[in-house]
Order: sequence, then structure tokens, then C-alpha cells
Amino acid sequence: MMRRYRIRKDDSCILCLRCARECSFGAITAEQDGSLAFHHEKCTDCQRCASFCPTGAIFITEDENTFRKNGVFSHDDITEILLQAETGGVLLSSMGASGKNVPIYFDKMLLNASQVTNPSIDPLREPMETAVFLGQRPEKIQRDAEGRITDNLPPHLELSSPIMFSAMSYGAISLNVQKALAAAAEEIGTYWNTGEGGLHESLYPYKRNTIVQVASGRFGVHETYLNAAAAIEIKIGQGAKPGIGGHLTGKKIIGDVSRTRMVPEGLDAISPAPHHDIYSIEDLAQLVMSIKEATGFRKPVIVKVAAVHNIAPIASGIARSGADIISIDGYRGGTGAAPKRIRDNVGIPIELAIAAVDQRLREERIRDRVSIIASGGIRNSSDAIKAIALGADAVSIGTAALCALGCHICASCHTGRCAWGLATQDPDLTKRLDPEKGARRLVNLVNAWTREIKEIMGGMGINSIEALRGNRMALRGVDLNAKELAILGIGYAGE
Amino acid sequence: MKVFDIRNNGLEEMRKCSGEEITLTGCLGERYIGCGMKDGILHVEGTPGNALASYLDGGTVYVDGNAQDAAADTMNAGLLAVKGSAGDALAYGMRGGRVYVLGDAGYRAGVHMKAYEEHRSILVIGGRAGSFLGEYLAGGIIIVLGMGYEGRSITGYFCGNGMYAGTIYLRTETEPLNLSDKLIRRSVGEKEKEDILRPIITDFASVFSIPAEQCIEGSFIAIEADKSKSYSQLYAAV
Repeated sequence: MMRRYRIRKDDSCILCLRCARECSFGAITAEQDGSLAFHHEKCTDCQRCASFCPTGAIFITEDENTFRKNGVFSHDDITEILLQAETGGVLLSSMGASGKNVPIYFDKMLLNASQVTNPSIDPLREPMETAVFLGQRPEKIQRDAEGRITDNLPPHLELSSPIMFSAMSYGAISLNVQKALAAAAEEIGTYWNTGEGGLHESLYPYKRNTIVQVASGRFGVHETYLNAAAAIEIKIGQGAKPGIGGHLTGKKIIGDVSRTRMVPEGLDAISPAPHHDIYSIEDLAQLVMSIKEATGFRKPVIVKVAAVHNIAPIASGIARSGADIISIDGYRGGTGAAPKRIRDNVGIPIELAIAAVDQRLREERIRDRVSIIASGGIRNSSDAIKAIALGADAVSIGTAALCALGCHICASCHTGRCAWGLATQDPDLTKRLDPEKGARRLVNLVNAWTREIKEIMGGMGINSIEALRGNRMALRGVDLNAKELAILGIGYAGE
Repeated sequence: MKVFDIRNNGLEEMRKCSGEEITLTGCLGERYIGCGMKDGILHVEGTPGNALASYLDGGTVYVDGNAQDAAADTMNAGLLAVKGSAGDALAYGMRGGRVYVLGDAGYRAGVHMKAYEEHRSILVIGGRAGSFLGEYLAGGIIIVLGMGYEGRSITGYFCGNGMYAGTIYLRTETEPLNLSDKLIRRSVGEKEKEDILRPIITDFASVFSIPAEQCIEGSFIAIEADKSKSYSQLYAAV
């Protein structure tokens, strides 16, 4: 196989061999004679060695040796053809889509601010509300015989900030990562999501901040699991691989992963592409209601779908299914493993999906029946704010949360050899993450974003995140065509 | 034993009686009966609706007539016994416990059933099953007895497609239609029949008070995943 990166060191190397100990991919090894050997073809550019080198002696660069430049076939195209010719395999990748020609619309939208005609608000001086409630809104106010208002509010999730953590299963990520996410969610007052890997017993204490997932494999799902959560998410699809199922290799199903998923050790865990008990919106409604029955109507039910071409009518169907919250995961959403062609070519960007769904639900006058969570490539607080202005109630972050814990997005999760100890089950690697320190970093990240959100909102003269939801007047586009502006429902800058 | 009529009491009253023996009368398509039941015994009279005994977690549910779609969905433990036939998507994603249907089952019966440690899902169908029986089977045992269909096909198309663990036993000499080349079909020897099938089928027969011998006589074939053709071989990591 062609090497992609080249490892070099300069004269400042003191041969402490730290890099060899840190490298989990076997790209740097220590030789018998105390020297270092570089195996360039195994390097994933995860930067673990460079980060830990005490003298800064290590350099990872793209390899200069590339195929002859061709206007049609890129270096990657040729490498992949060679790999498939050799193995006959479906290309397996991880993290989010890398479609170079698909625009990131967040970067083409600009936010508004108040000048003269309405005052901006200083969040350091004045209260600024970032709490969000997710769930159905009652259609009418009910009163009892004496005219007192009766509480007919369906169950809700209460978030102190509109940022949640995306579904990442135990198996795809380590237990330490889930511990960090759960502890951070509790401290912030938001939610983390188990993904389809069951809920490890040590995480039951975080149940008030836990969302459990029911996906097509139904791994680890039982009555106690459903009742051990603040909300239950039915996963139909995810942005990185819409329309296909999941496959956790038997190699990762060891020890506690096996116990938590309730899958025998070493056996592959396959999640079928569809839920075979859901072939229609009516079937979905039935699963939503059966979950509500099993949990005594005390918990909101979320339906998670990937952003695909007909997302607006799909969301309309979900809103009518009795679900309380729709979670939409866009084209750039990450994954622990997905076929590369699917990851890079299926689905639509989250920005267009939120705008289309919000618009459709408003037109049908059912927007208040559901809340919308947007995810799939949210990189910072301004992405979050733009998603909310387009119509989302909250956003969830997966890749960004992993970055806070050390991930350098080398996109090698599917190898199970994560050098930062996140997407692996190897005990020597998972111990590289201290869950307490990890939780602290996640809390810092969300607090920082929340502060930025307050500042941006204040600048716009808005003091409540709910007033920003679907407020497309706050957005203007640049470098967008008329059709894109129409779908996003925003004007061009200067309009 | 307590008796409730679903037309007067709904499911609310019944839910309060955990651990008791209850008869529920007057059912006419009401959904979610026995949903998440952890203990106790429930006799269902009439025709229950969809999602009967879904997430069943230890209770026992007897149905006098037919069950509809999605019965025993994501069931974890307990027993569902249906004297008539069951609709589509029976026992989807079931992990443990027993589902016995004396009559036939519709399409997609036993899809993605599993087993884990003390949990072993068992599905026995007295008559025949529709297409897609036991697809994605990840563990557990499915038995189709074909009573009343002697000499005819007792499964539809795509039996066991995508299965990677567990076993489907069919009391037939007829090859299932379009069986995938990733599956192995073998005949069941006397020892396997005695050790594995007899205890289950005897239990099945006693639940419905029918002679066990009538259910077990004759030859069985077993369908299992071809372990040499695993999913992992499909991929090449970039």
C-alpha cells in the first residue's frame, strides 16, 4: 500500500523513545540497539508522537512522493483503486464526510447585530437565557372546573445550554470517554447519548442526564435500560451512513462491551439497515407508543434520522408519529466506521435539512408538536447559533466533543487503535484518557461556547435562545445562489 | 384470579396488578397489551392488537385467539403463547424467553433474535412461517414444525438471510426456497434432536396440551450461518 505520510526527526531527538511508546499504529518502533525505526506506511498523522516528544523533534508531513498529477484521477482515487484491486473489499473509513465539493453552508452565512435602532444587550450585565426545553408543546391550555390551569405538559428535557453530546456507543468509544461525557453532561445540565451499545452499569448514576438509544439491532435494550434514562431515542439513521446498518466487529466485543451490549464475546454485532418492525410512519408510531407504554409515558421519545433528500416530509411524518423530538444528523456527521463511498456521497448538509424541516413543519402548523436537534459537523458556537437561527431547538456535538478529549481527527477509529485512547477498547490505550480530566475539558468547552452564544445573542439584541430559534432574519448569505437562499430561507448580505 | 374487561378497565387498572394472575376479556385489536410486563400471568381473550407483549421482561402471556403484528417485539424474558396464529414481525430483536405460536406466523418472524449468557431466545411456530424468517439471526433457536402443511413448503423466501449466529430448525424434507449461499443447511441427527429439540418441543406441546410426539416425529433440517463467510471479510480499511 502507498504511504500517505512521512515521519522525520531532527537533531534535537534525545532518543528517549517516548514516540515509540505512544504510537499505537506501529509506525514508530524502538529497535534493539536503542534507535528508532519509522514505518511510514502505518502512520495515520494522529500527532500523538509529535505532541509527546519532549524536544519537538518529530515531524509528520504528507509524503512528497505522489502519483503524477491528473485532472480526473486524484492521488486518493488511484490509491483506493489499488487497495480494492488487491483486497476486493468495501472501503471502510471513519469520522465525517470529506466530500471536497460539498459546501459548508455555515461558512456562507453571516449573523446580524444591533446598531442604533435597537440596543444590543451586554450578557455580563443583564440576564441572558440559554435554557432550552425539548419536547411537545400542548396545543391548548386546559382548565379545571374552577378555572385553574391544569398541568397538561408532556414530559420534557431541560437543557441549561442548547448543546448536547451526540450518540456514541460503548464499543465505538471507550468507557472512559462515556464516563467523561456523562459526568460533563451532569455538571453542565445537558444530555449525553449511549448510542446503540447499551448502558454500562457504572453509568446508571447519571441517568438523569442520559439518553438511551433503541436502534435496529436492539442491543442491550430491555425494560430496565429504557427506564434508566431521561429520554429514549429511536435511531433510524445517522448522517455518516444513511440507509445502512452498523457492524461492530467481534474483535471489539470483549469483556464489558459484550456484557453491556448483551452480545456474546467475539461475535459480530450487526445492526440491520432498517428496523424490520418499522416499514412505515404508522409502524414508527407504534414503536414510539410501545416505548411510551413500557416507560409509563414519563419520558420523551426522540426519533433520529439522517438528513436525506426528502427530509421535510419525513420529519412531518415523525412529528405526527407521537415522537416528542426529532434529531436530524447531517451529511458531515461522524462515525466510528462507515463505508467510505456512503459517508462521502449520501445525505445532505444539515443546514439545508434544518431549514427545510422547520419551514415544512411551520407550514403544516405542527412545529410545536416536536423539538428539533441538529447535528453533523457543528464545529463551534457560531455553527450552533446559525443552526438554531435556521430552526433547530438545540444542537448535538460528537466530533467536537472527542476533539476536546484529545482526538486529532486522523479518521482511524475503525482500526480500533486510537492513539488518544478514545475509539479503542485496548486497556493500554483507553487508560490514556482520565475521565475526570476529560469531563473538565468538556465542561470548559460547552461553557465557553455558551458564553459565546450569549455574546452573539446579546449583540443581536436577543436575550433568550428561544427567541433565536427559526429567526432567519438574523442570517444573511454570501456566495450562495438564489435556490440555496430560498431553501435556507435567508436573504443575501446587503438585502 | 382477577378478571378485567379491556372495554371498561383499559390497560391502566391491569398495570397496577404486578405479579398477579389476570384474565383480560373483550380484546378487539387493542395495542400494547402486556407491554414491558415483568412478572405475573396474563390470559388474553379475544383478539389483541399490535405490539402485544413487546419488551416482555419475565411475565407470561397466553392468547386464546390470534395475535397481530409485532408481538413480543424486543422481548427480554418470559413466555408468550399464542393458540392461534401471529401476524408479521413476530419476536423482532428478541433476546430471551420463549415465544410459542401454535398456528402460523406471518412475514419477518424472528428477525434478529439473539442470545446472551442466561438469555436464550426460543421461537417455536407450530404451523408455517412467511418469508424472511430469522433474517439477521444473531443467536437463539427458531423451530418451525409445519403441522398441517405436511409435504409442502413451511417457510417462504429469504429464510435466514444475513444470519450470523443461532439456528433455525425446520421439520421438513423440502429445501427452503432460494436459500442464501452464505448459509449451511444440514440434517439434524438423533442426538441433536433429543438433546436440543425434544426439551423445547415437549415444553411447547405441554403449554398447548397437545401430544408431544405429534410435534417431534419426523426429520428436521437445521440452517446455520457459514462461519467461513463472515461480514468482516467485506471490508478494506483506508
